[in-house]
Amino acid sequence: MKPKHQRLALLGLGALGLAGAAALVLTAFEDNLVFFQTPTELATKSVAPNQRLRIGGLVQEGSLVKQGSDVRFVVTDLSHSIPVTYRGLLPDLFREGQGVVAEGRFQDGTFAASEVLAKHDENYMPPEVVEALKKSGEWQRTTGK
Amino acid sequence: MDMIRDYFAMGGYASFVWPAFGLSAVVVVALLVVSLRNLRLSEAALAELRHVTLLSEEETHP
Amino acid sequence: MHRFANPTRFVALVRAVQPWAAGIALVTLAAGLWFSLIASPADYQQGETVRIMYVHVPAAWMAMFCYSSMAGASAVTLVWRHAVAHVVARATAPIGASFTFLALATGSLWGKPMWGTWWVWDARLTSVLILLFLYLGYMAIENAFDDRARGSRAAAILAIVGAVNVPIIKFSVDWWNTLHQPASVVRLDGPAIHPSMLTPLVLMAVGYTALYLWILALRVRADINMSKVRALTLRGA
Repeated sequence: MKPKHQRLALLGLGALGLAGAAALVLTAFEDNLVFFQTPTELATKSVAPNQRLRIGGLVQEGSLVKQGSDVRFVVTDLSHSIPVTYRGLLPDLFREGQGVVAEGRFQDGTFAASEVLAKHDENYMPPEVVEALKKSGEWQRTTGK
Repeated sequence: MDMIRDYFAMGGYASFVWPAFGLSAVVVVALLVVSLRNLRLSEAALAELRHVTLLSEEETHP
Repeated sequence: MHRFANPTRFVALVRAVQPWAAGIALVTLAAGLWFSLIASPADYQQGETVRIMYVHVPAAWMAMFCYSSMAGASAVTLVWRHAVAHVVARATAPIGASFTFLALATGSLWGKPMWGTWWVWDARLTSVLILLFLYLGYMAIENAFDDRARGSRAAAILAIVGAVNVPIIKFSVDWWNTLHQPASVVRLDGPAIHPSMLTPLVLMAVGYTALYLWILALRVRADINMSKVRALTLRGA
């Protein structure tokens, strides 16, 4: 074996080992890498009372109630949902039917959020196109909503 | 005038949109200028050194 | 490829590429800015802030592209011992670091009005921050050793080890729940961006790529000049 081929083989083996190690580490730390949990994921596991966590999903249509700076809404992933209370300013992108991530803790079945972040989807288009899509009935199909 | 003011207001997001473009321009132009300058400096250093080497070779081999 | 391992031939290639890269960069960036800031619509959800995408996304792509080039060139350096491959890797590092910084900074300026926060420690943002540290670490190691050859070998190994981060950045939004949304352009079922917004994005991306090649050409030529200067000084001393 020429030294060049030896070095190439060594590099290949090193890369393989590295990828394997990275995969193992990432799998082991799965829980820490996840930024938020969905209502469905939370339905199947028990959460210690007063444990801080982040929940994420869509703001359910028609669930938003504002009283001064007090806000109530429901986070849903379309199979499970969690009622949320929050006091403070909402981000500009916060709206019904859009994605949201809330940080806080559970108090008697509702989620008391201390911070609310908006999450947007990967679709970008001008408003006129959205209007046209809605008119032709293609809107549901394009966005999957 | 109002049209121009509306344009620069960026729908109320002027303080986010313009800094994003401004910062990008500053960083890219700075990188370009520094790289051009380094090339000029390296060319000057090489020319100087070749000149000196040539002179010293003339001295040692008259 | 081995034909260009010769520095003289390589410099000739770089000199030939440079004016083309410069021309394409200037033209596409001018057109890209026109489309980004004037001839493109606001987004139905994000309004005018969508324009930040046209500097944010190409910078993020270049951050990953430059790192892949740097790691690839480092692998060629270690296996085939081609000095010019290492020159390319060394010249790429500051360019990639600048693009990574821009991706993070413009992303922050976009995140504040839309998400409601400048920064979160989600998998996408954190892995891009690690990418910036990898670039900075590469540049630090490159200059830390008195013995240049040893420093170069250590830096090349770091570049290759760090390459494991590139697929993690790309797929972080698919593997884990993140605040950052999934890919819009490079995805299996075609882009989820309207053509009127894809035009400025593609123009800016082509412009940034040409800009990378232009600056790379300048830095590679300067690097090779300086190694000639070192060789001449050693011979003279």
